[in-house]
Amino acid sequence: MGIDFISAEFDVVRDDARCTRCRVCEKQCANGVHAYDEKNRRMTADETKCVNCQRCVAFCPTRAIKIVRNPNTFRDNANWTASVVNEIYKQASKPGVLLSSMGAPKNLPVYFDRILINASQVTNPPIDPLREPMETRVFLGKKPEKIRRRPDGRLDCALEPQLELALPILFSGMSYGSVSYNVHKALATAARETGTLYNTGEGGLHKDFYAYGANTIVQVASGRFGVHKDYLEAGAAIEIKMGQGAKPGIGGHLTGAKVSGDVSATRMIPEGSDAISPAPHHDIYSIEDLRQLVYSLKEATAYKKPVIVKVAAVHNIAAIASGIARSGADIIAIDGYRGGTGAAPTRIRDNVGIPIELALAAVDQRLRDEGIRNNVSLIVSGSIRTAADVVKAVALGADACAIGTAALLAMGCRLCRSCHTGKCNWGIATQDPALVARLNPDIAARRLINLLTAWNREIKELMGGMGINSIEALRGNRLMLRGVGLNEKELEILGIAHAGE
Amino acid sequence: MLQKEGQVRIPSGCAIAAVISKTGEKIGGEKIVAGIRTMHERSNGLGGGFAGYGIYPDYKDFYALHVFYDDNGARTDCENALKDLFEIVKAENIPTRKNPAIKDAPLIWRYFVAPLPSRVAAMQIDEREFVARAVTRINSTFRGAYIFSSGKNTGTFKAVGFPEEVADFYRLEDYAGYSWTAHGRYPTNTPGWWGGAHPFSLLDWSVVHNGEISSYDTNRRFIEMFGYKCHLKTDTEVITYIFDYLVRRQGMTLREASSVVAAPFWTTIARKPEEEQRELTYIRNMFSGLLITGPFSIVLGFSGGLLALNDRLKLRSMVVAEKGNTTYIASEEAAIRAMEPDLDSIRSPMGGEPVIVTVNKGVLEDGN
Ligand code: SF4
Ligand code: SF4
Repeated sequence: MGIDFISAEFDVVRDDARCTRCRVCEKQCANGVHAYDEKNRRMTADETKCVNCQRCVAFCPTRAIKIVRNPNTFRDNANWTASVVNEIYKQASKPGVLLSSMGAPKNLPVYFDRILINASQVTNPPIDPLREPMETRVFLGKKPEKIRRRPDGRLDCALEPQLELALPILFSGMSYGSVSYNVHKALATAARETGTLYNTGEGGLHKDFYAYGANTIVQVASGRFGVHKDYLEAGAAIEIKMGQGAKPGIGGHLTGAKVSGDVSATRMIPEGSDAISPAPHHDIYSIEDLRQLVYSLKEATAYKKPVIVKVAAVHNIAAIASGIARSGADIIAIDGYRGGTGAAPTRIRDNVGIPIELALAAVDQRLRDEGIRNNVSLIVSGSIRTAADVVKAVALGADACAIGTAALLAMGCRLCRSCHTGKCNWGIATQDPALVARLNPDIAARRLINLLTAWNREIKELMGGMGINSIEALRGNRLMLRGVGLNEKELEILGIAHAGE
Repeated sequence: MLQKEGQVRIPSGCAIAAVISKTGEKIGGEKIVAGIRTMHERSNGLGGGFAGYGIYPDYKDFYALHVFYDDNGARTDCENALKDLFEIVKAENIPTRKNPAIKDAPLIWRYFVAPLPSRVAAMQIDEREFVARAVTRINSTFRGAYIFSSGKNTGTFKAVGFPEEVADFYRLEDYAGYSWTAHGRYPTNTPGWWGGAHPFSLLDWSVVHNGEISSYDTNRRFIEMFGYKCHLKTDTEVITYIFDYLVRRQGMTLREASSVVAAPFWTTIARKPEEEQRELTYIRNMFSGLLITGPFSIVLGFSGGLLALNDRLKLRSMVVAEKGNTTYIASEEAAIRAMEPDLDSIRSPMGGEPVIVTVNKGVLEDGN
């Protein structure tokens, strides 16, 4: 109260006539917003604790609750917005770095929304995906410059290790620790069922999930948590995480509170200790060091697994990607400015990095200009929200897209952006056993499968409309895209024409 | 068999026709004209052209360059550049006759040239690569000069007009070769200009194509990584480069190259024997950027043969017929019947099924 008081962001509006005092909302809210007032026999709410996760709204049997924006405001000011002012109050009260989670919510241009897709009319026919085969299978990995022949003259079909995906979508890295056991289980199940891969993130691989290895990308991040020989061998591919779109240039921090039991065992660190990944890999201060790590990992796994290098989209991304493409890596994963996170310093999340659309376009073009596009495949993420985003990304030049936030949404996440508190009411970004139990991994897996199946259908519809019946003929097909409301520079970087041209 | 009902009237329908004698007998230019003329309705007068093989027996060891010039200044500049790279054994105007329908003709020249061995050696590349690079460089950097034919013992003749008018203009009846291809154009996405007419040629490759491919930019951006420049922005150009890249530079067979551009569906591959599955999967994976989607029927001409290929869904008509040792290919059966009314057989190849016809071994003097 007083000088430190920050007015609640939301109001909890309860229709008292509808409320039956069943107290479901009270049980569902890990933030302790709802309480029962015995004396007056009515529900109360402490809206200052509300993060608007919509859990109570979704579970109230009489639909009595609405969470609305608190109409209380400061005097209007386009420069000193309420969030800026409140953040100053918070930091004046405690000298801390502000933390946030999920992708940057700022109102910057979303280029995907300013790109439109083509369709066939008259001069060539659209293709009906219900009648004709429509192919979305993707291979990720290096393609050699020249074909080779065996002594008998037939093609020598040996290639460096490749990943085969039934559709151009993977799940992004989300560590066990930042998300729950059940989330990993659901992701692994869905990846296996749909013919794609999920990604361990930097928290190691729980022993129960080694069985899903063929559908797993194991990550090696700067903290090296949970990295050992069996782990590297367990996955279909190894990802070196150099950076992440939500927090380029910094490492990670999983608070000790989340490092409980299995999380600590999987990460191979003591229970309750903070898991801090340093900003750089301390063995990679330069591109030639990266090359050494790439080859160490390949050596350790007998050159049987493709190595992915994941980087955040930063200003110089084209040159960085070009360096990675020559480092021996098989795949580059680029994570854009809007990429999600379980926890990141707010200032970094909201102000560092560049949008994935521009990064992807620049990288794809640079690699082609240098004639090395076939050295690597490109996975992009941060943020891919719909099948249309996937189609646009592929047409800009991506081989595949990775989804994190969209996958969490499918599992129930309401984008309340409070993952860093560890009290996710949807059982996703939490290690609290009672909350974890809220997410049924079988149902969550089913929902993920539904989502990917639906997106794949939509991708096929969009492709068919363009008269394209195989995803490889869409990759880099920028003629299929037009910009709306973009300036010349933006169009030039995206390598597309304006609508009407 | 035959083309599907309704396709003939599709307004983007170009017309293609080809003929080849497997025994290497000379076929006069008038024969192919008879075929393509029948399909007048499939063109709109904005482009027509022909490629003949075996038409320059007296100069068969030299690259025959056909060049359009905007003016004599462009010619002088280009000839200077050519002299720097080649020995020019003959330079002449390509003979033409006035045709009221053919207007705005550029200067049209023909050169028989041999690359200067010292220049080829200095670049450490083979002769054909040398010629290909020279052509690409001149076409992309010299204003007002455009080399539209560059093979040995072969030549392309094209213009803005209906194909039969173009044939009359170039006096096609004065040439005879063992194979011919022809094209009538109905352009929808590029303006009708002389260089944009078909066939498109590079070295001894020539391509005539009917269709509008939906994979164009994917194909273009892939192939441009390997030194090709698609300045015409036509499907035909990129298809020619793709075959040049796959066959000449990668050393693939025509059949393998066909599996790249008109790859079998994964479901089809899954039904093949294991060894073939492996090869087809490898081919699709390796050259995924060269898969061509959308409608096309093409005839690819090369020294000693022709390849005819449809897109994998067969979205464009194309028929192949035989009579004795001669094979005929055309968008419509009517065109074939106009060349040869009495046929031994006629069929419509499946989508993605390459039809490769080559002149019998030893028949051609140049050893093809
Ligand atoms: S869940 Fe709904 S009905 Fe139950 S106590 Fe809360 S507001 Fe009332
Ligand atoms: S995962 Fe949970 S805490 Fe994070 S945004 Fe979604 S609902 Fe909120």
